[in-house]
Amino acid sequence: MNPWGFVQVALALLLSPLLIGVINRTKAFVAGRRGTPLLQLYHDAAKLLRKGAVYSRTTTWVFRAGPIVALAATLGTLPFLPAGGLRAVLWFDGDLLVVIALLGVARFLTVLAALDTGSSFEGMGASREVTFSALAEPALLLGLAAMGREVGSLSLSDMSSGLTAAKWFQAAPAMMLAAAALLVVFLAENARVPVDDPNTHLELTMIHEVMVLDHGGPDFGVILYGSALKLWVLGTLLVNASLPVRTSSVAIDAAAFLAGMLALAVLTGLIESAMARLRLAHIPQLLVGATALSVLAIILVLR
Amino acid sequence: MISNGRPIPLGEVPVVPLPEFRDRFLQAVRAGAHISAVFGHPADGRLTLYAVIGQAADGVLSVFATEVADGYPALTLVAPQVHWFERELWEQWSVRPEGHPWLKPIRWQKGGEPCVMDYFPVRGEEVHEVAVGPVHAGVIEPGHFRFQCHGENVFHLEVSLGYQHRGVERALAGGPGQRTLHQIETLAGDTTIGHATAYAHALEGLTETRVSARAHALRGIALELERLANHTGDLGALANDVGYLPTASYCGRLRGDWLNLTALLCGNRFGRSLVRVGGVGFDIADPMPFLDRIESAADDVEVAVNLLWDTPSVMARFEETGRLSRETAIELGLVGPAARACGVECDVRHDFPTGIFKFAHIPVAAASTGDVFARAFVRWLEIQRSITFLREQIQQLPGGEIRSTPGPMKPNHVVVSLVEGWRGEICHVAITDSQGRFAAYKVVDPSFHNWFGLAMAMRGQPISDFPLCNKSFNLSYCGHDL
Repeated sequence: MNPWGFVQVALALLLSPLLIGVINRTKAFVAGRRGTPLLQLYHDAAKLLRKGAVYSRTTTWVFRAGPIVALAATLGTLPFLPAGGLRAVLWFDGDLLVVIALLGVARFLTVLAALDTGSSFEGMGASREVTFSALAEPALLLGLAAMGREVGSLSLSDMSSGLTAAKWFQAAPAMMLAAAALLVVFLAENARVPVDDPNTHLELTMIHEVMVLDHGGPDFGVILYGSALKLWVLGTLLVNASLPVRTSSVAIDAAAFLAGMLALAVLTGLIESAMARLRLAHIPQLLVGATALSVLAIILVLR
Repeated sequence: MISNGRPIPLGEVPVVPLPEFRDRFLQAVRAGAHISAVFGHPADGRLTLYAVIGQAADGVLSVFATEVADGYPALTLVAPQVHWFERELWEQWSVRPEGHPWLKPIRWQKGGEPCVMDYFPVRGEEVHEVAVGPVHAGVIEPGHFRFQCHGENVFHLEVSLGYQHRGVERALAGGPGQRTLHQIETLAGDTTIGHATAYAHALEGLTETRVSARAHALRGIALELERLANHTGDLGALANDVGYLPTASYCGRLRGDWLNLTALLCGNRFGRSLVRVGGVGFDIADPMPFLDRIESAADDVEVAVNLLWDTPSVMARFEETGRLSRETAIELGLVGPAARACGVECDVRHDFPTGIFKFAHIPVAAASTGDVFARAFVRWLEIQRSITFLREQIQQLPGGEIRSTPGPMKPNHVVVSLVEGWRGEICHVAITDSQGRFAAYKVVDPSFHNWFGLAMAMRGQPISDFPLCNKSFNLSYCGHDL
């Protein structure tokens, strides 16, 4: 138990919607627009929470449980999430599986809620989400496993604080491959370009958005906040793996971590500004490619 | 045989017996002619069926007619490009084309018979239906799309329209009146100049009004500005649909630049009130601001559009998506950029030129692959050629009055007026009665020919590529529904 870990939990709760704001501002800057305010998502979530919700008669309690359980599961990952050199609130050997399983629970409930509507759109989105996340999960697990092997522990906190600059550069090729795989997973799981387009209004092309079309009001606010949190969680895993600033000073570590998260948001915005989405049929190739990178990283670490 | 915009007395239209009508029809279609319009016109208790067939090779249109009662053997079976017209005939006049493979109204409910919402079903354990619309997520017109899918793949798409039906053709009969030109300008709001020009040509033919060279040039300029605005907007929208932001953002603004040029010409961004029977309502006093704005917009469009061809992730989405073969395009009678993208070199400005296009030739832009890329690239070629045309025309505007006063219309005449709008061939047919008023006014918007092309392009495609294919056709709902 590390009381300082609550700092990271608080940061995640407070700052995760800001990341979306940074991504959107980056995209607007590249396009020559002024863009939405940095704090737009806070306003949107607050506005939605004040609204009433409309429920279709064809839906059951599963539909209402979806957003809440998904948010709860995502929140559940935060105590196990280290930030750079800063250990999480709780850790034990193998806690990375807990984090991935909790993210899986969140997805499972979102998919169930989507199927519960009986809409052909949502069913399509659910099938896409499940297909692609089944391919993204191995890339994430194996990428983290490569890090764990390098550090000698399967606890996220041990892995993160143990990954000093010296260790990182010693296994630089493997760490870079793992980071690249995690970046692909980060983009895919958070419905960003080139896998999904968060800005599109075209239901037929959506993956994640189409599953939440029927949610409104507070439910949708919870979903928006939940996806911002998920972005933060997966972003944290990526920054932990790719930015080995581990000094004895908590302040420097925390600053480096936050700078890393900011840079990741800007990078995401730049990727979205510079390329088109992949054809849906090509997304599995990208994800399998990410898994191959993770496998290579493991081979390099085991060598 | 008549030429574009030249009226002939109604009595000179050959009214032949049904078998001969059929023979003439098939002969023309087999020789590669394009059906511009097929419509019915009731007279003396009988329905006269008119066919307007464009023979691009000779630059003439053949018009002939027959009289039908309750039914006749469907021409669709041997000439597929007439299938939509025959469904329209059945819908409007209850004349049954016997043996039509999919006889169902295209706009409104007829009661009892197969209705607009009965779709061609595909049955089986693994087949599912996806219904999209008529209310869409974007700010677009209403229309319903019914997909028969196997997983992510589309077996069949059926497009059902009619939500925008306003009864324009019926309102136009008995005219022209004070409202007529406004109704024409809003047949399809994004093709204001195209439809207004077709209408003006028809009426100038019927009233034997001489239009000055300057007015013709100004109409040509407005028509090409309309094409530029829409093509630029379409390329931006295509980029937006694949999530490629740079071109999407630039083209959105640049479309506005072209629209503003039209506004500079006549005070309205869509060119309302510009085209008038007998000429145009507004003149270009000083060509310099036009030329300056055209140059700066042309430079920006070049940069923005070339980004598309230079970005591999964009090309990966455009190429091989929504492919149509040349044979299919000809069989379905597609028009405009959608047909030219399949290598069908049809362009009214080239085949049946009127006005300024008799003197200033714009080369036909064509591609061969028939996919989304080809439809985008044809638009880019046309943008370049239209800009060249604008530069030339604005620099050497002929002198003269811009408008002359039309006289009365000739009674009992028929005139066919074709214009190449930005979506393709616009066909207006006017028939006058003994008082010199419209006995019938038939409008065929290019979308009428092309909607089924979109349905065919979706066969065997992933359903997630539908928005992209749809945008590459970018058809009008109200232009179809009228």
